[in-house]
Amino acid sequence: MTITRREFIKNSAISATAATAGVTLPGIALANSNDSIDGIRWDKIPCRFCGTGCSVLVGTKDGKMIASQGDPDAPVNKGLNCVKGYFLSKIMYGKDRLTQPLLRKKNGKYDKNGDFTPVSWDEAFDVMEDKFKAAINVSKEENKGKPVEKMTSRVGMFGSGQWTVWEGYAASKLFKAGFRSNNIDPNARHCMAAAVGAFIRAFGSDEPMGCYDDFEHGENFVLWGSNMAEMHPILWSRISDTRLTKPGSEVHVLSTFEHRSFELADNGMIMHPQSDLAILNYIANYIVETKAYNKDFLKKHVNFTKTPTDIGYGLRNDHPLQKKAKNANKGKLTKISWDEYVETLKPYTLEKAVEISGVPAEKLERLAKLYADPNKKVVSLWTMGFNQHTRGVWVNGLMYNVHLLMGKISQPGNGPFSLTGQPSACGTAREVGTFVHRLPADYVIMKKSHRDFAEKIWKLPEGTIPGKKGYHAVAQSRALKDSKLNAYWVMCNNNMQAGPNINDEMLPGWRNPDNFIVVSDPYPTVSAQAADLILPTAMWAEKEGAYGNAERRTQFWRQQVDAPGQSKSDLWQLVEFSKRFTTDDVWSDELLAKNPEYKGKNLYDVLYANGQVDKFAKTQVTDSDGNKYKNSEMDDFGFYLQKGLFEEYRRFGLEGLKKGHELAEFDVYHKSRGLRWPVINGKETLWRYSEGYDPYVKKGEGFKFYGKKDGRANIITAPYEPPAEVPNEEFDLWMSTGRVLEHWHSGTMTRRVPELYRAVPDAVIYMHPDDAKARGLRRGNNAKVSSSRGEIIAMIETKGRNKPPKGLVFVPWFDASRLVNKLILDATDPLSKETDYKKTPVKIVKA
Amino acid sequence: MAISRRAFFINSAKLATTSTLIATGLISYSKYAYSIPATAIRPPGALAEKEFISACIRCGLCVNNCPYPTLSLATEKDNIAIGTPFFTARKAACEMCDDIPCVKACPTGALDKNLTDIDKAKMGLARIVDTEGCIAYQGLRCEVCFNVCPIRGKAITIEMKHNERSGRHTLFIPVVHYDHCTGCGKCEEACIMEKAVIKVLPIHLATGKRQDHYKLGWEEKQKAGKSLVSPDAKHQYNLPEGKRYDLQGEGLTDVEVKSSLDNALESLHNFNPLFEIKRK
Repeated sequence: MTITRREFIKNSAISATAATAGVTLPGIALANSNDSIDGIRWDKIPCRFCGTGCSVLVGTKDGKMIASQGDPDAPVNKGLNCVKGYFLSKIMYGKDRLTQPLLRKKNGKYDKNGDFTPVSWDEAFDVMEDKFKAAINVSKEENKGKPVEKMTSRVGMFGSGQWTVWEGYAASKLFKAGFRSNNIDPNARHCMAAAVGAFIRAFGSDEPMGCYDDFEHGENFVLWGSNMAEMHPILWSRISDTRLTKPGSEVHVLSTFEHRSFELADNGMIMHPQSDLAILNYIANYIVETKAYNKDFLKKHVNFTKTPTDIGYGLRNDHPLQKKAKNANKGKLTKISWDEYVETLKPYTLEKAVEISGVPAEKLERLAKLYADPNKKVVSLWTMGFNQHTRGVWVNGLMYNVHLLMGKISQPGNGPFSLTGQPSACGTAREVGTFVHRLPADYVIMKKSHRDFAEKIWKLPEGTIPGKKGYHAVAQSRALKDSKLNAYWVMCNNNMQAGPNINDEMLPGWRNPDNFIVVSDPYPTVSAQAADLILPTAMWAEKEGAYGNAERRTQFWRQQVDAPGQSKSDLWQLVEFSKRFTTDDVWSDELLAKNPEYKGKNLYDVLYANGQVDKFAKTQVTDSDGNKYKNSEMDDFGFYLQKGLFEEYRRFGLEGLKKGHELAEFDVYHKSRGLRWPVINGKETLWRYSEGYDPYVKKGEGFKFYGKKDGRANIITAPYEPPAEVPNEEFDLWMSTGRVLEHWHSGTMTRRVPELYRAVPDAVIYMHPDDAKARGLRRGNNAKVSSSRGEIIAMIETKGRNKPPKGLVFVPWFDASRLVNKLILDATDPLSKETDYKKTPVKIVKA
Repeated sequence: MAISRRAFFINSAKLATTSTLIATGLISYSKYAYSIPATAIRPPGALAEKEFISACIRCGLCVNNCPYPTLSLATEKDNIAIGTPFFTARKAACEMCDDIPCVKACPTGALDKNLTDIDKAKMGLARIVDTEGCIAYQGLRCEVCFNVCPIRGKAITIEMKHNERSGRHTLFIPVVHYDHCTGCGKCEEACIMEKAVIKVLPIHLATGKRQDHYKLGWEEKQKAGKSLVSPDAKHQYNLPEGKRYDLQGEGLTDVEVKSSLDNALESLHNFNPLFEIKRK
C-alpha cells in the first residue's frame, strides 16, 4: 500500500473541495528546516498571527530568515511565544509560494473558464485595468445626477486586519477617493465589527480603555465567549500567573462548550447558545435589586438609553426572517430614565436566567455577586463568542452596562476588555478605518464634515468621497452574485474558506461571468484558486510594516528579506495599480468640471505623489547598530512611501475635532517596542477616560468619556432575542466553528509548517460521547456534518481538548480540505453586519 | 519479501550463534534478552516480551485489522523477531480504537483478550526525556502533547507554575502519569521538536522504583481517608493581643478587630444607599 488511510481521506476531501470550487489544487508543500545560527542579523518584528502582538527577534543571513526568538525586552511577551510563534521563521518558505501573477487564460487570452497561466505584472494589470475601468464606467453612468450621498459603485475590495497600517491606508484612499467606491471592507468585519459597533455606541470611540497591565493589576477575570487559553496563549499565560500568585484571585469562564480555559476556572459555566444576553441582563438586574450600583458614577458619567428590538438577522431583505422583523436593521438609541431602565431588567430574574441559559443558579449567582461587590476588581474578556453573534452589538453593550453600573471601568485591573483576533484588526482595519463606513481615527463617511476633513487632508476636491455606505463583507458576496459588484479585489485574507454560506452566497458571485475577481496572496489558497487573477504577494518580513494590537499598541518593523520571484507587497500593488487611472477615468464629469485643476491627472499623483506622501526622500533604512535594510517600495517608487503614508495618516488624529487618537512620529516607532495610543507629547496612554492616566480628563473630573459630546457613556438596554436558527428534528445539533492553538485562521501559513501540520493535521468534530453513540459513531470514525447549505466529512473526537455538552459540536475551520464555514448561514448582527459563526443547526451521520 | 543475500547471511549467523550459545548453556536468558529496541512498541495487550514471542505465531492478523497505518510486521532490519507486530510512535502512533481490533484478531492470546478497555492498555510509558529541550519548560505556550493525549487530562496533565524569569507569565508544564498513560505514542508522534523531547519507552526503561520502606505521608493519609495517627490535641498558645495562631492553616495572623457590621459597612461602596441608611 503506497498511500495511508489518513492521506487518502485528506486527499479525497481536498479534491472534493477543489471540485466544488472548480479548480485543481496542488498539494500543500512544506517548508524546509534550518539549523545555522551563526553570523546572523537580528531585528524586531511583531508576530504575524493573533491580536496579542508578541514581539519576536528574527535572524536573517544571506537574504533568508533562518532563526527567531521571543523578544525578551517586549513588555507583552518577555521573550515568550506560543507554538505558532515558535515557527514564525518558516512561514514564508512553503514550497508552493506564488512567484508570478497567474491569470485564467484560454487560447492566449483571458477567459473566466480558462486555466491559470503565468503572466507578467504588465499583462495582469492590463486585464485588471480593463475590468475595473469597465465597471467604473457603468457606475459613472448610474451615478449621473445623483448626489454624493447616493453614489454607488461596481468595484470593491475585501481587505484585512492583517494588512500593515499603510497598506490599509493606501487601499482606503485608492477606493474611497480614487475609485469613489465605499465598497471596501476588511475581514475584520467577520471578527470585530460587533465590538466596534458597541464601542461607538457606548463610548463614541473605538477600542479598549484598558491595556494588558490589567492582567497583573486585576484580581478577578471573567471570560465571555473566549477561549483565551488557546486563542491568546501569551495573554492567558499572564492571567494564569495572576490567578496562581494573587491570593483571592478568581477566574470565571462562560462558554457554550468546555474548552481549555476551563482548566483554570474557579467557576466554569456551560450556557445555551445566545443565552449570554439573558445572563448579562440578570447580572444588571441583580446589581440594581441589591442596590449595589455606583450611584455617584452613574450620576456623573452615564446616560441611559434603549435600542430598537426585533431587528432581524441581517439576511437578504426577501428572507422570511427579515420580512418578519418589526424593526429590521434598526439601531437608533433613545434616551430613557433610570426607572425605565430598571423596568427593562425586571424580567431577568435568577430563575429566568437559569431557564434560558441552563447554567446552575448558584454559579450564576456567584458571578453576579462578583460583579456586584464594589470592592472586587473585575476584568471581563471576550472575543468571538460575543462578536460573532446575531446580537453582537447588543451583547457587547450589555457587558458595558454591567461595568458602568458599578463604575468598574478605566481603572488598573478593573474594566471590560474586548480582545482582538487579528494582528492589526485594531491598528489597520479599525484605526485606519478600512470599513465601508469609516475613515481614519473614527471619522465616518456618512457625515459631510468628516468627509470634508478627509478631503482636506488628502488634498482632494470637496465631494470626492461618496457619502453612502458601500457593501460590507456579506453584502459584497450577495452583490457579486447579483451582478451588482463586478470588479473585486481580495487582499490579505482567505474569505472563500473563512466566509459563511460559501456554496449559496459566495462562490456563485466569484464565478459569475459578469465579474472579475483578483486575489492577492503569497500562497495558492482556496480563495486564490477561486479567483480569475492571482497576484503573488510579499508577506510579513518581506516588507516594511506596522501592526496595532489589542491594547492599542502600534508596532513597526523593517523589511528583513526579499520576497521570492516577482512577488510584490500589497502596498506596491495598490499604489502601482493607481498609475493605470486618470481622474477622467474614475471621477465624474461633474466633479471635474467643478475642479478643473484635477482634470486629466494620474491617480497616482493625486493620491500618493501628492506632495505629502512623497515628501520623504529615498534613504537607507538602518537600525541603531547601523545594520542596513532594504525597502523594496522605496526602491520602486523613489521615496519613503511608508513614512509618507503614515505621516499623512497621522494628521487625522492631530488636526481634527476628535481627540484621543494621537499617534507618535514615524521614526519613534522604529525605535520602540510599540507605543499605546493616544501618544501625547511623547507619552503613552495606559487607561483611557481616567483622570491621571488620560490627559484629556481634567483634574477633578474622575472620568470622562470624551468620545461622546457630553462626556457620558451610554448604558444601552436590550433584551434577550433568539438566534436566527435553532436545532430542529432534522438538524438536531448546534455547531460552533472556531480555532485551535496550533493553527492561525485558515491555516495557509501554519499548515505549511511541517511540525504544526503534524501536531494538528486535520480538523475534527469535537462531540459529546453520548451524542456520538446515539448516532452509531465512536471516536475515530468519519462522520458527515451537514446543514441545508453544505456538508463536510471529518473524524469524530470525543476525548479531545474541547468537550461540548450534549447537543453541540465544535469544528475548527483551519482545514482547507474541510470548508466547514460553508455550512453556516450568512446571518449577521443587523447592526454590525458581523456573521454568527457559533450557532448553526447541523446533522451528523456516519460517513 | 526480498531478503538480500547479505541480510540472509547475517540472520543465519545470528541464529547460529544464538543456538550455539543456548546449546552450550553459556548464557542464561534474562528478560532483557527478549527486549526489542526502545523505539519499537508492541500492540495493545501484548504479553510480556518473552511470553509474547512464544505466543505470537506471526500471522499478521493484528496488522491487517489495524485501521490505521500504525502496526507493521518486523522485517530483518528492524532488529525485532521477524514477523512479529510492532509500531514506532514517531512514525504512526496507536489511535487507541475503542473496540481494539488488533486484540480481537489475535488467534493465540499473544495480545491478551482480557484487555477490553483500551484505556487500560500499557504499551509503554511516555516520558519527557529532554526537559531542557522542551519549550514548555521555558514558558512557551506549546502543550501539543497534552492536547493530543487521548486519555485527556489524566495521562498528561499541565502543571502551572509562576515564570520567575518573565515575572508575569505562567509555565504550562506537561507531566505524564504512570497510572493512566497507555503508551499509545500520540505525544511522541505530535511533538513539534526536530526530535521528539517526549518519548514512549518500554516501562522498564521509563520507570525507576521507590524504596519500599518509605511512604509519602500525604498519599497514605489520602488512601486511608484520615490521619494514620489519631488527631492532635487542641493546641493553645501564648500570644500578644491582636494575634492568632492556626497550626494547620496560615500560622501567625492578625485578628480582625472590627465587628462584622463594621466590616460589612466598610465593604459597601460609599454611595451605596444602604450605607447611608445605616448611618442615619
